[in-house]
Amino acid sequence: MAEIRTETMTVNMGPQHPSTHGVLRLVLELDGEFIKSVMPTIGYLHTGIEKTAEQKKWQQVVPLVERMDYLGAQSNSLSYVLAVEKLLGLTMPQRVNDIRVLIAELQRLASHLIWLGTHAMEIGAVSMLFYAVRERELLLNINELIAGFRFFPSYFRVGGLREDLPRGFHEAVNAFLERFPGKIDEFEGLLTKNDIFRRRTEGVGALTLEDAFQWGLVGPIARACGSDYDVRKYFPYCGYESYDFTVPTATEGDVYARYRVRVAEMRQSVKICQQAIQRISPSGVWACDDTRVVPPPKDKVYTEMEALIQHFLIYSQGFTVPAGDAYVPIEGPRGEHGCYIVSDGSNRPWRVKMRAPSFMAIQALPSIVQGGLIADVVAVIGSNDVVMGDCDR
Amino acid sequence: MEAAAIIESLQSAVPGAAYEVGHSVDMPTIYVPAEHLAATCRALRDLPALQFNVLIEVTAADYLPRDPRFEVVYHLLSVPKRYRLRLKVRVAANGTLPTVQGVWRGAGWPEREVWDMFGIVFDNHGDLRRLLMPEDWEGHPGRKDYPVQIRKSAQTYEPLEVSEAEFRANIERDRQKRTH
Repeated sequence: MAEIRTETMTVNMGPQHPSTHGVLRLVLELDGEFIKSVMPTIGYLHTGIEKTAEQKKWQQVVPLVERMDYLGAQSNSLSYVLAVEKLLGLTMPQRVNDIRVLIAELQRLASHLIWLGTHAMEIGAVSMLFYAVRERELLLNINELIAGFRFFPSYFRVGGLREDLPRGFHEAVNAFLERFPGKIDEFEGLLTKNDIFRRRTEGVGALTLEDAFQWGLVGPIARACGSDYDVRKYFPYCGYESYDFTVPTATEGDVYARYRVRVAEMRQSVKICQQAIQRISPSGVWACDDTRVVPPPKDKVYTEMEALIQHFLIYSQGFTVPAGDAYVPIEGPRGEHGCYIVSDGSNRPWRVKMRAPSFMAIQALPSIVQGGLIADVVAVIGSNDVVMGDCDR
Repeated sequence: MEAAAIIESLQSAVPGAAYEVGHSVDMPTIYVPAEHLAATCRALRDLPALQFNVLIEVTAADYLPRDPRFEVVYHLLSVPKRYRLRLKVRVAANGTLPTVQGVWRGAGWPEREVWDMFGIVFDNHGDLRRLLMPEDWEGHPGRKDYPVQIRKSAQTYEPLEVSEAEFRANIERDRQKRTH
């Protein structure tokens, strides 16, 4: 019998491939339908934001970092703002913390909705994208309400918020929170017991908890492997310890487990939002009272000399931050977002570095998909919820 | 857990290493000598009282004109003990560091990024290539002496031009290869 000749085939996937969530390039080495090796290439979306931030004043960095992880924009700015406030030694009033929690959770919902829509679409359930984006539209409307900007509101500022909540904010949030739990049921009704969806996801891309931690994966991916690590519970910030919520986990570690964890997380986020909106009064304090950072109210600027000087200083020179460094982690939609800042005591940051969960998730991708089918690569990328802007920064 | 207590538990596992407590506002910070970095990281991961099982990130900061110029920063997390720790290593302009990939596999890309951005070499890394910048890029943009904006003409690549005769020859060669 003639000897069967075998050879592997190299297939290029991306950078312009619809399922790579931006511009991720994978070079796959295939043995028939099976994957022998994967080599990711990143950097197509590298914008040098960290270098640019070193030229800006502290407050000017907020809109820059929001453009890194463009689906979870406000989790970037929240970790940056908290890190600067840590160096300044500022504590926020209760109302500011509650608003920050509410906005951060709404941002998580918006990000998870895009994840759900694209992930389900990539493995065949195309209509999920329309249902998910329809709900996200309402969240973008809320962003527009608070800041006039739908994707990158820059509503979190060092020292508090940009301004007070607008009229109609409570009505918009309450209307969304009332409507949304029913929509999650609808999404789950379409997917959770869907035979096709389950066959594409169950047992696919399984990861053990030990491997997840070895690769530096924390967040929803690790929670789908059985860990209960959540920054909101382990290292609470913005007063998360005063909210009643649970951390959903699963044990299988496969694509389906990640799906279940994220959907359960959306329900918990709604629960947190409902508690937060109860606590927030429609108008009140929206910044701390530190005059180094927060400009004085306008009526004082026009009537008092010191207030005028302070106003001029903040807008022309910015404020200085004591020398030192700080790292503040927060639980972003994709896992642990963290901002490491170094100050040399001047009015500009010496170094800004964002810890990017997508970066770690793509690094771990080859080990997750190796030995699997080529069709599963798409399912795994979707379930890892990578955003290339976050990865390449 | 305080930095001093962590150093105390490290002393027996890594004999001879001179640690230094760093000033910080958020989490314990320890300065580690470069030659003891790998052994220290292994001990931090394996000591039952510490169990730093997740490497959160590796980054660097350029303190030009200070000497030694760089500080490489490691953020560690112990999920079982709920600790966080920051390790700092001082590196001279042409200095090198051992890789910690053997301790946490996830260190590979962050170390590549630090090399890409700051030009700090990690010994025995195995795959120390450009990560975020193009492969033929010159210089390390994270450094303080690297200009923020440079004028550089756009690079273009001519598309691969193949004549019809060459194209047919290629197809024929492939066909023979397949039926061979």
